[in-house]
Amino acid sequence: MAQSEHIFRSEQFAGRQFGRSDALVILAVATLIYGGARLAMQAPVVVEGRDISLAPTALPIYALFSVGRMLAAYALSFLFTLVYGYIAAYNRRAEAVLMPLLDVLQSVPILSFLPMVLLSLSAILPETIAVELASVVLIFTSQAWNMTFAWYQSLTTIPVELREASGIFRFNRWLRLKTLELPFGANSLIWNSMMSWAGGWFFLMAAEIFTVGQRDFRLPGLGAYLSEAAAQGDRRAILLGIGMLVLVIVMLDQFVWRPLIAWSERFKLEMVESDNPPTSWFLDQLRGSRLVERGLARFWRPLVERVDQWFIRRLAPLGLAQMGEGQPGLPAYALLIAVAAGVLYGAYRAAAMLLQVPLVEWGWIGVGLLATLLRVIAALVITLAWTIPVGVAIGTNERLARWLQPVVQVAASVPATALFPVVLLALLAAPGGLAVAALLLMLMGTQWYVLFNVIAGAAAIPQDLKYTAALLGLGRWERWRTLILPALFPFIVTGAITATGGAWNASIVAEHISYAGESYYTIGLGSLIARATADGNYPLLLAATLSMVLAVAALNRVFWRRLYRLAEDRFRME
Amino acid sequence: MSTGNGKLLELRGVSQAYGRGERRFTAVEKVNLSLNAGEYVALLGPSGCGKSTLLRIISGLQPPTAGQVLYRGQPLQGVNPHAAIVFQTFALFPWLTVQENVEVALKARGIPTTLRSPRAVDLLDRVGLDGFESAYPRELSGGMRQKVGFARAMAVEPELLCLDEPFSALDVLSAESLRGELLELWTGGSIPTQAILMVTHNIDEAVFMADRILVMDKGPGRVVAEVKVDLPHPRDRKSAAFATVSDRVYAILAGQTEAESVELGVAPGEPGRTRALPDVDVNDLAGLLEWLDGLPGNRADIYRLTDDLKVDSSHLLLLIEAAELLGFAHVATGDITLTPLGETFAEASILGRKAIFAARLRRVPLFKWLLALLKASPRQQLSHAVVQAALELEFLQGEAERQVEIAIQWGRYGEILAYDDTGGMFYLELAVAPGV
Repeated sequence: MAQSEHIFRSEQFAGRQFGRSDALVILAVATLIYGGARLAMQAPVVVEGRDISLAPTALPIYALFSVGRMLAAYALSFLFTLVYGYIAAYNRRAEAVLMPLLDVLQSVPILSFLPMVLLSLSAILPETIAVELASVVLIFTSQAWNMTFAWYQSLTTIPVELREASGIFRFNRWLRLKTLELPFGANSLIWNSMMSWAGGWFFLMAAEIFTVGQRDFRLPGLGAYLSEAAAQGDRRAILLGIGMLVLVIVMLDQFVWRPLIAWSERFKLEMVESDNPPTSWFLDQLRGSRLVERGLARFWRPLVERVDQWFIRRLAPLGLAQMGEGQPGLPAYALLIAVAAGVLYGAYRAAAMLLQVPLVEWGWIGVGLLATLLRVIAALVITLAWTIPVGVAIGTNERLARWLQPVVQVAASVPATALFPVVLLALLAAPGGLAVAALLLMLMGTQWYVLFNVIAGAAAIPQDLKYTAALLGLGRWERWRTLILPALFPFIVTGAITATGGAWNASIVAEHISYAGESYYTIGLGSLIARATADGNYPLLLAATLSMVLAVAALNRVFWRRLYRLAEDRFRME
Repeated sequence: MSTGNGKLLELRGVSQAYGRGERRFTAVEKVNLSLNAGEYVALLGPSGCGKSTLLRIISGLQPPTAGQVLYRGQPLQGVNPHAAIVFQTFALFPWLTVQENVEVALKARGIPTTLRSPRAVDLLDRVGLDGFESAYPRELSGGMRQKVGFARAMAVEPELLCLDEPFSALDVLSAESLRGELLELWTGGSIPTQAILMVTHNIDEAVFMADRILVMDKGPGRVVAEVKVDLPHPRDRKSAAFATVSDRVYAILAGQTEAESVELGVAPGEPGRTRALPDVDVNDLAGLLEWLDGLPGNRADIYRLTDDLKVDSSHLLLLIEAAELLGFAHVATGDITLTPLGETFAEASILGRKAIFAARLRRVPLFKWLLALLKASPRQQLSHAVVQAALELEFLQGEAERQVEIAIQWGRYGEILAYDDTGGMFYLELAVAPGV
């Protein structure tokens, strides 16, 4: 469980206060939204979606398309991560802007950006390319931030003596990256990549089919297949689609992530061998294969050696890489001024657009915010109510863990967006209708973060404390009150932070739904955003999206950050 | 031993300061030293005296704030290409095998595989690691890991070999055997190294290995004495000559009797130097005093104490510093003697000890200042942050934090102040802390 413990800790929460740079960042975000909305107004008025075939034979190729989109977005995220994190970690001035920017970016409800990204791209590009690009950009925005944080975090926590060793032994930038920085960050990069893929699936499902008023954007893929199946009410197709999705996810897990995790075990810094390291049958097969070994020796290693020598000849050795002050030159200043001017102008125009929002719509926003907030809280309460007992049971009971853990992992890896149609089938007819269904949909997307954290927390309770509790003869309630709940607290907080962030985001798809040719709404900020998108009411879209950004950011800073500090200071068992 | 001649390295007026303005902290002040070819020099001093900083300046990892570093008469720019370091914590890359760890140093210098592999294997052979080439560092014992560290450093054939407390993270036996092996390589002349500079806090180790010992003191870090060790290798720790040199070094390190204002330091914020509280556990201090109390004449040879008490010399020196600071013992010419007060303390009951301890604490300027500050504050309480911020004017940040921790521990023992961990608040002991 040690691994999940460190992935689920959102390190970015420690430290910083709200500062000037945050204000700047929020202005910049407002500008971005405004710019997108302006462009979106010029998009073609009617877009005919492509036909999505529900034939089972179409499924493999759709799956391939979806995976391809994910791969493209992931490649983009990885590149972004390396560059952005590197600059933030090695340049103090850049760090002061880049890190708060990242912090705000990750609390932005990504789904509310989709229509604008889509429409503004389709205004300047042919439709098919625009839709592909929009889905890739959307998936990218769901994948990149946590990976960037992880990379930045690991770059800034490399032990001093390893840095000194790479300095005194005359490593250049390339060798340092390859021998020190990438290996040191490998574990957290891989875990975060896994998380990013899970998040990516969630948005891919939503991004492949999208209706904005008269405009129907479709991409051939698993997400579109599932939506189309739901729209036609074809249960067999829905089941087939979900089966295919689970198959793809399980295969990726077995052939990519498990082997990577088992392989990355050697990049752990700990100088002791772990008791039961993660294993992968596939990696064992690869390691045992003669052919692979020969290929490595014949082609791969000589190639690596040549690349190394090429870089060593060209790049001078670095000294001890200290945090550079990075004196910006004249072009940098010019760029800065230009960006600042652009941001100011954009913020001004955005404000002008906000002024067009009539008072009554602000009222809707207020009511919607409250309704969605209540739904988020309810989802969190329900999540806690079932995950704490179940998580503790799994985390403290080896036998139970052995057969429940894999089940839970597969269940969690299926993106909630893919299951929406199924839930709707069951719930739309029930009393409460979408109001209840929306809650359930939000719940489905977010409960797993909390569950995994609770399991990790329960597994981390030291054995001697458990013995002590038993020796003292503490009753069940006393044991929960004095040992289990305090020990779980930090884990619950980190899980809940991620979960509520996800719940806000999910509200956009959960509160407004097209099913079997009909549209369903319930009151909420998410449905407001979705409706504003559908009607092309851009001032309202801007106002509602900004409200959500501000609400999420404010909740994080005022409420969650305090809890997180408390958890770190008082309840962490280290 | 290679017998080059002339100066290999020279430091002229080297200082290193951290922070700015009010927070400026001098780690090393105006150090002059030189290193000749063929010499094994030890930099010896208590923790926090800047000896490791000096090593980093010498190797070029860190440029000094002031002064000059000359290597073979030329000012050093950037990392010294002729130097290598063996690190206290080994600094091996855990994801590389033993052989790769050695090879990577050669690779960085552009040496192709065909040349570097045999060289790495040969070096590993020489330090006795043949058969472990494909092992990962985590599979090795501490002593073997450090052998990899030595092999890597020697692979690049440095003229200047810098050792940063290379034996202090090892268990006693591996440290001793590794010392012997290093001396063999060095005195046997089988390595092209021209000079060795070793940073250590272990007096015995310095006397055992070095030709010259530069003794440093802290606050600010500076070289206070130079001791030549003219003993032939291999040296016999039991010999009278060895003991004489050791005694001299101990006397220098432990016996600086100075005027009371210097001895006790001044309160934070006043002109002059605030003396840092030595980082020792009060119970350890009591243990030392009890031990001395049981000896004839209540005195002991400090050099022998390390063996008798089974503590390492740096910890012992901190304990002695604390005993002196509180007036429980005094030190002269390598001997420590219990004062009558120290004797009373050692023989007192727990409550008696606490009373004596409290009385002595009230004399220490840092506590005087802290208590006065508490009395003057509203509700006679102060937050941890305020105290630490005030101390950061005197100490480096990490040290200020440690000083607060020591003050809490000592103050609690003496029951002159209370500290509430939850709220991070100091209270005068008379006032009742909430939740206690």
